[in-house]
Amino acid sequence: MELIRTGKAGTLESSDVLISVRTNPENTVEIKLKSIVEKRFGTHIRELVQHILKEMQVSSAIVDVDDRSALDCVIRARLQTALYRAAGIQKYPWEELQ
Amino acid sequence: MKLRRTMLYVPGNNPNMVKDAHIYRSDSVMFDLEDSVSVREKDSARFLIFHALRCIDYEHTETVVRINGLDTPFGRDDVEAMVRARPDIIRLPKTEKPEDIELIDELITKVEKKSGVEVGSIKLFAAIESARGVVNAYRIASSSERLVGIAFGAEDFVTNLHTHRSKPGTELFTARQEILLAARAAGLHAVDTVFSDITDDEGFREEVQLIKNMGYDGKSVINPRQVGIVHSIYMPSVQEIKTARKIIRAIERAEAEGSGVVAVDGKMIDKPVVDRSRHTLELARASGIYLDEIEEEESNA
Repeated sequence: MELIRTGKAGTLESSDVLISVRTNPENTVEIKLKSIVEKRFGTHIRELVQHILKEMQVSSAIVDVDDRSALDCVIRARLQTALYRAAGIQKYPWEELQ
Repeated sequence: MKLRRTMLYVPGNNPNMVKDAHIYRSDSVMFDLEDSVSVREKDSARFLIFHALRCIDYEHTETVVRINGLDTPFGRDDVEAMVRARPDIIRLPKTEKPEDIELIDELITKVEKKSGVEVGSIKLFAAIESARGVVNAYRIASSSERLVGIAFGAEDFVTNLHTHRSKPGTELFTARQEILLAARAAGLHAVDTVFSDITDDEGFREEVQLIKNMGYDGKSVINPRQVGIVHSIYMPSVQEIKTARKIIRAIERAEAEGSGVVAVDGKMIDKPVVDRSRHTLELARASGIYLDEIEEEESNA
């Protein structure tokens, strides 16, 4: 998946996460995480974001994650929304989405 | 017996409410992708509900998704996503004619087939929210095997009628009656419209009592604090339960003895009375009333 613009999704409300993604000129994946539960779940959230990026074949991205104790399924939903927005895709492959 | 006393609205793009939707013990939770989600957030709400339904265990609470109309740019994609997320029910807003139901039935079947979901397993609720919908209510109600209920949506309905909602609800009587008759004739549940003023508990109680007396199975609710009020009004009284038990026991005894005519307290008991008594006992059980305890009290008295 190629990111052609900045894509954002989510909010800063409790149990949500605000995610912003854009392409990385360094051609790598960089995750910038802020979370109120970072001490306990920081590693897990980073691994989850990495995993989803890999599933969606994104190899070049800067991902800003501002977490308000979101469940994994919320992080997944917001990141996928942000990625599709960044890629300018509006036809979603529901049969493939994990 | 499936109860639909309360169908709690949950805005589809609010993770905090989505994750806790079932803790208020409504009979159904309805994740809304339609009116409570702005056009700019339709995609994010759809992703959120798609993943929430696949991840969160809502226990015994029935899950319903109100999709966008099929005449909008979002409705068909909602069906594609939601069938795969497997809610118990998809609720179609603004249903006006049987063809609306036939179309969504066809779309759901297509997605069920290609995604390996058992065909027919996802049920349908039709929301009727216009004069045309009310006029076509029975044709709508009998248009698909998937349908399990009809919901009345009064806010759009009164706008369509060129009026507004009043406290006594006189402007809604005909529509409520038509929808209820259509639902019953087709063997479906009927769920009444929301009561929007969450500060007016007294008005809310009056409206719930009214629709219960009319025969409605329940009400759409917009705030968790309305759930308990509806359930308390739908709960049978101890006296109603005692009478129902007496009638069912008399019937069982008569059947065992091969007797055709049954009377309880000097009144002849016929089939509708028996059916009502069974319904009362089922409602009591489903409401968490321990019938054995009532029986024990009776025998100790």
